[in-house]
Amino acid sequence: MTSWRRNGFLITALGFGFAFLYVPIFLLILYSFNGGRLVTVWAGFSTKWYGELLHNEQLLGAAWISLRIAVTTASFATVLGTMAALAMVRFGRFGGRTLFSGMLSAPLVMPEVITGLASLLLFVSMERLLGWPEGRGVTTITIAHITFCTAYVAVVMQARLQDMDRSIEEAAMDLGARPLKVFFVITIPVIAPALVAGWLLSFTLSLDDLVIASFVSGPASSTLPMVVFSSIRLGVSPEINALATLLVVLATVAIAAVGWLQVRQERLSTRLAQGADAD
Amino acid sequence: MNAPAPVSLRHRVNQARLRLQASGQRLVIAVPFGWLLLFFLLPFALVLKISFAEFRIGIPPFTDLVTFTDQAYLRVTLAFSNYLRMVEDRQYLVAYLNSLRIAGGSTLIALLIGYPMAYAIARAPKGPRAVLLFLVVLPFWTSFLIRVYAWVGLLKGNGLINAALLSLGIIDQPLLIAGSDWGVHIGIVYSYLPFMILPLYATLEKLDPSLLEAAHDLGCRPWKAFLTVTLPLSMPGVIAGCMLVFIPAVGEFVIPELLGGADTFMIGRVLWNEFFLNRDWPVASAVAVVMLVLLVAPIMLFQHLQSREAPAKTEARP
Repeated sequence: MTSWRRNGFLITALGFGFAFLYVPIFLLILYSFNGGRLVTVWAGFSTKWYGELLHNEQLLGAAWISLRIAVTTASFATVLGTMAALAMVRFGRFGGRTLFSGMLSAPLVMPEVITGLASLLLFVSMERLLGWPEGRGVTTITIAHITFCTAYVAVVMQARLQDMDRSIEEAAMDLGARPLKVFFVITIPVIAPALVAGWLLSFTLSLDDLVIASFVSGPASSTLPMVVFSSIRLGVSPEINALATLLVVLATVAIAAVGWLQVRQERLSTRLAQGADAD
Repeated sequence: MNAPAPVSLRHRVNQARLRLQASGQRLVIAVPFGWLLLFFLLPFALVLKISFAEFRIGIPPFTDLVTFTDQAYLRVTLAFSNYLRMVEDRQYLVAYLNSLRIAGGSTLIALLIGYPMAYAIARAPKGPRAVLLFLVVLPFWTSFLIRVYAWVGLLKGNGLINAALLSLGIIDQPLLIAGSDWGVHIGIVYSYLPFMILPLYATLEKLDPSLLEAAHDLGCRPWKAFLTVTLPLSMPGVIAGCMLVFIPAVGEFVIPELLGGADTFMIGRVLWNEFFLNRDWPVASAVAVVMLVLLVAPIMLFQHLQSREAPAKTEARP
């Protein structure tokens, strides 16, 4: 493996690439502790922008709306995405499978402006025909978010279900357990880390979405990205730097937790496998 | 004499159980299928429909295609004016060409940066590999808007890069990177680089190293081995990565809005303005339909790769 380290080109490429990915974020975090209002002039260490953040009612209100939407979205999308992945991986051929798989992968690449506009037109037409959803707001944003997050969860869950060792499920089945019981007692614990990853992925995607939410939101439902975006349009502000730092820290903790869960799960299953071999 | 009875009872119970299982399976398919039909596919039909409507002032701000006349005749009015406008007004054509050019250029730059990174990660020993992959995925989990915003602070006329270059005396006029196509290029490459690296890594990691050893043993130079063995075998990853960057980049709104100039017109921005500034829903719909038509071929290519990936994986398993 020394050849890998000796390959100067590859190491340079990695170094350059990661510098490109991380330097802007580090500078952003650094300048969130800048005492002055000017972003290019360092005026001493200060945490005052974090304090101001706590008194910004508009940002806090928007953050609360976004959090509520993200939690609901993540929960629904995890269930729907897991069902979709089961259908794709476990149930073989069924009518409309090609259409189904198309609808599952299209949201991953669809430009957000198109999805946003399309969802809005649907909600407007539904309101005219059925009287529901009444106006637009948290509900419509949540529905639109669930739809595209389901596709992401389905990708994560399909990969997990394909890699899963099915012999335990088969053993349970042979011992007379019914499919539903096998699913809840065996399958769910085995795929639990992927479920957590899918939930967190949906949560962050929903929390992050600006474009789709802008199309389907109503007058009193500005989400956090919408408020941040309108403030960024006016220019760089240290307060937004502080908020950004908090979001980056939050995301790092979340993904580290998922990584830790997965490593623990892998160690557990190797230990189990070794134990089985020893018997 | 009534010995067969329990058998047939058990048989019936089993039949019932199988039926229940089958209906359970149908339910698991039907719920997400129905959801996506209603909230993902149907909306596109509505976009197509409203692109043929005419703008009017009111709620909703478009005309009905189907109306009943006095004699209870059904009348269908299709307005092609929105599409005619796409052809007549050069602004739309310029925006489409700009989008394709900027998205294509950014995809190429992302490939040139991402391929060596993916290759290096795939060849790394197991321990560092996990850490490097984690570092690639991490930015994807942090807010997209925040990452674009980080570059706004760096690239602006009075931003950090200009301040640094000016104080070092390398330049004497601030560079106008934000507000130009280069700002948009940087923003797209930065935001979508993980999407390029991950599929590339997935194919490169599966690559059998013995093929490269064989090429080496037969006297093949490393670069030649790369061009004749590694690159062709990693083409599915290259295509998947390029599609994952190119398709969303064509319709990108946030990046040109924040990092581009007032004249960097990309089609996502045009759609946004038609909808939010002009409130012209039919024209916005027509812009969306034309964008979809442009993107149908790349989207189909991407889906083809996605669906080929899945069965190949299951077949490979014993």
